[in-house]
Amino acid sequence: MTALQIIFILVAAMTLGAGMLVVTARNLIHSALWLVTALFGVAIMFVLLEAGFLAVVQVMVYIGAIAILIIFGIMLTRKIASDSGPRFTENWGWALFIAVVLFGGLTWLLASWSGFQAEPAPLSERFDSLRQLGVALVSPDGYVLAFELASVLLLAALIGALVIAWDRK
Amino acid sequence: MIPLSWYLIFAAALFSIGLYGVLARKNAIAILMGIELMLNAINVNLIAFWRYRTPEMLGGQVFAVIVFAVAAAEVAVGLALFISLYRRRNTIAADEIDLMKW
Repeated sequence: MTALQIIFILVAAMTLGAGMLVVTARNLIHSALWLVTALFGVAIMFVLLEAGFLAVVQVMVYIGAIAILIIFGIMLTRKIASDSGPRFTENWGWALFIAVVLFGGLTWLLASWSGFQAEPAPLSERFDSLRQLGVALVSPDGYVLAFELASVLLLAALIGALVIAWDRK
Repeated sequence: MIPLSWYLIFAAALFSIGLYGVLARKNAIAILMGIELMLNAINVNLIAFWRYRTPEMLGGQVFAVIVFAVAAAEVAVGLALFISLYRRRNTIAADEIDLMKW
């Protein structure tokens, strides 16, 4: 077992444990803080996968913006943030069943796939994935349409969020 | 090196945890956090497949960037909805939001 594998196991255990606590914690603020831990674990996964740029984006966008936004949302709806009532619906048994079956099914399906145990293809020394990503995002032969659509979507979400949360009184 | 299977099983587990949160939690913001976990699991899968299958083509990374943008938009609109709802109905418990239930 190499050092990389040990790091992977530690990070995966941390992320999955934090994920468990996100969905089970009684206090929503604690949930949000565990969510930050889980997101950070996923960022480390991106580093292990040699996608450094996405790891930085993960920390900046997810932890820096989305998690903070969620914490703001919890604080603005504070009265029920740590209420004494049940935090799960009555159907949580079914939810657990579906989640376990999905995990088992996915694992079984993937295990029967021939590329399951694949080793990573070596990256050539001169391959600069950040430069390639930048070019691919704006070149007409690449993904410029998806890129522009994402920007329009973000603008629409910005205006939509403003209009929905506007206090008209 | 780490085999691809480890990443895929990790992502499947994270996705299932998020799915459980979405299905079982009452609080709407907790449901939103479950969705975030699911989107993160998908991103891990996209990047793992990019790295292990087609590292010379950037499709996987571009997909992950788009998922980031969609997740940000989704959280912004979702939280705006919940804040508006909280202001009017004083609750964001998912089973009490039944205005559109016929």
